[in-house]
Amino acid sequence: MPLSELLQFLFSGVTVGAVYALVALGFTIIYNASDVVNFAQGEFVMLGGMITWFAHAAGLPLPLAALIAISATAALGVAINAFAIEPARGAPVVSLIIITIGASIFIQGAAQLVFDKQIHSFPAFSGDDPIRIGGATILPQSLWVIGGALAVFVALWAFFTHTLLGRAVLATSNNRLAAQLVGINTNFVMTLSFALSAAIGALAGVLATPITLTAYSVGIGFALKGFAAAMLGGMGNPKGALVGGFMIGLIEALTAGYLSSQYKDAAAFIVILLVLFFLPQGLFGRKSTDRV
Amino acid sequence: MKLTPKFATLLTLSLLIALTPFFFPSGYYYRVGALIFVNGLAVTGIVILTGYAGQISLGHAGFAGIGAYACALAPVHLGLHPAFAVVLGAVVSAAMAWLVGRPILRLKGYYLAVASLGFGILVSMVLNNERELTGGPDGIDVPDLGLRGLLKDMGLTLTNGEFWYFFGGLCLLVGAWLALNLYDSPTGRALRALHGSEIAARTVGVDVARLKLHAFVISAVYASVSGSLLALQNKFVTPDVAGFMHSIEMVTMAVLGGVGSVLGAIFGAGILTLLPQVLTVFAEYEQLVLGLVMMLVMIFLREGLLPSILRKLRGTGE
Repeated sequence: MPLSELLQFLFSGVTVGAVYALVALGFTIIYNASDVVNFAQGEFVMLGGMITWFAHAAGLPLPLAALIAISATAALGVAINAFAIEPARGAPVVSLIIITIGASIFIQGAAQLVFDKQIHSFPAFSGDDPIRIGGATILPQSLWVIGGALAVFVALWAFFTHTLLGRAVLATSNNRLAAQLVGINTNFVMTLSFALSAAIGALAGVLATPITLTAYSVGIGFALKGFAAAMLGGMGNPKGALVGGFMIGLIEALTAGYLSSQYKDAAAFIVILLVLFFLPQGLFGRKSTDRV
Repeated sequence: MKLTPKFATLLTLSLLIALTPFFFPSGYYYRVGALIFVNGLAVTGIVILTGYAGQISLGHAGFAGIGAYACALAPVHLGLHPAFAVVLGAVVSAAMAWLVGRPILRLKGYYLAVASLGFGILVSMVLNNERELTGGPDGIDVPDLGLRGLLKDMGLTLTNGEFWYFFGGLCLLVGAWLALNLYDSPTGRALRALHGSEIAARTVGVDVARLKLHAFVISAVYASVSGSLLALQNKFVTPDVAGFMHSIEMVTMAVLGGVGSVLGAIFGAGILTLLPQVLTVFAEYEQLVLGLVMMLVMIFLREGLLPSILRKLRGTGE
């Protein structure tokens, strides 16, 4: 049965990988627009799950609860930009790291107060009957997660290459001043990027919670893995984020299956250290040069 | 005698350490003071790495973990005296920092942050998982340093809290003195030069990669000794000492107080160590307040609290 076993590990790897890919895509959008690595990205995932659970438990139908969660998280993303990132424009990288980590701790603290410290979940979208493929099984919810990641990626690709607004975001990430000079409202671009990134994070939380469960403290883990994925793919590259996410998920699942489930989290970080040593720009990154 | 900034810092620090106990309402405050000094020592290392050299580490708790567990394990398994275990921890930390730092210090900004973060997480994972050796998440006992008994034999009787307050204070003074000397040395000047502009520093002959590595190794030793002292003081240690949150706390303390100056960073260590003590009444709000303080200080007082306050006092409203 080793082949079906392998297949089973691959299925679970691709499922968590899809979640990491969504988080990494969220990182990428904000990083491109503002050169900020938003360490609060994982909290968006947590909020997506927690708000949906809360609204669903309060009696709202699941799709409506999910919609509320995604909109509320997007609004929070906009607020983080307006009140924490925008006022600190031009601050050194250390300060920005601390600000976004501060935002992350703040959101966790608030989630503890508003919700609770318990572990929560809500029903899967299409039932819990596993689908059998080649001796292994996959949950219907996994297909939702994987489909979600792919759909978001395609939508982002279309947005950035085929719409005026998307190209404005790209222009801003290339050169903010030049973008302003040709009439792009860069403040709006920043707001949009944070809203989009937060919404994608929340979507990841909504899709993954029936499988992974959620609690106020799950954000930091998603942030670290998503960050690792974004870095593996090459910071700022959406294709890299997608591939990096799936790769981290697969490496983790294979480590857990064949080596040690205790050290599955270590695998991601060992890969990251190796990538940084031997391939500092990531798989799809550009080589950066400094202007003196 | 002309009061150089170096002596001003050391004098202020000595006076604070010597005089504050007169205002302690109870013995408990010695314990809090000792904790501040231990954190202050780690944060002084961050000043060298981040304040002088401009590099970021989000994994320094990993080195604190190595130092702490060296004190727990070396006396039992190697028969070392705890004092030598501190040295062993520092040597292992330095070696690890050198190995990890050599490749990653070529990288900048977020890359270094995430690589060091990965290192810290690996250390804490090993401490959590190797139960046979480390006792796992439940923690492990640490033997007594034995120095207090020695002092008692010499006729100086101190309570445990008093001993660790003054011994920790002394260690912090030595650490601060070394860091301030480094600042004025040619190495310190070169570090500050590469902080300003790596390319400019390189063109005037500074070996950028080597110096960054030096700063990284030195700050790792500071973190390691700080971890050792924490373990010896508590006579107990859990893997939390190497956890991600501890790394974040170190950087936050330094940046909160003012990462450019040793005194400022120690001030930050004091505030962030006191905050949870004050907030025990509002334990539920601790995370909320911590996150808020981190954001507000970084947005409104970018140089950190102490430099901002001093500037205000001098009235140079730059």
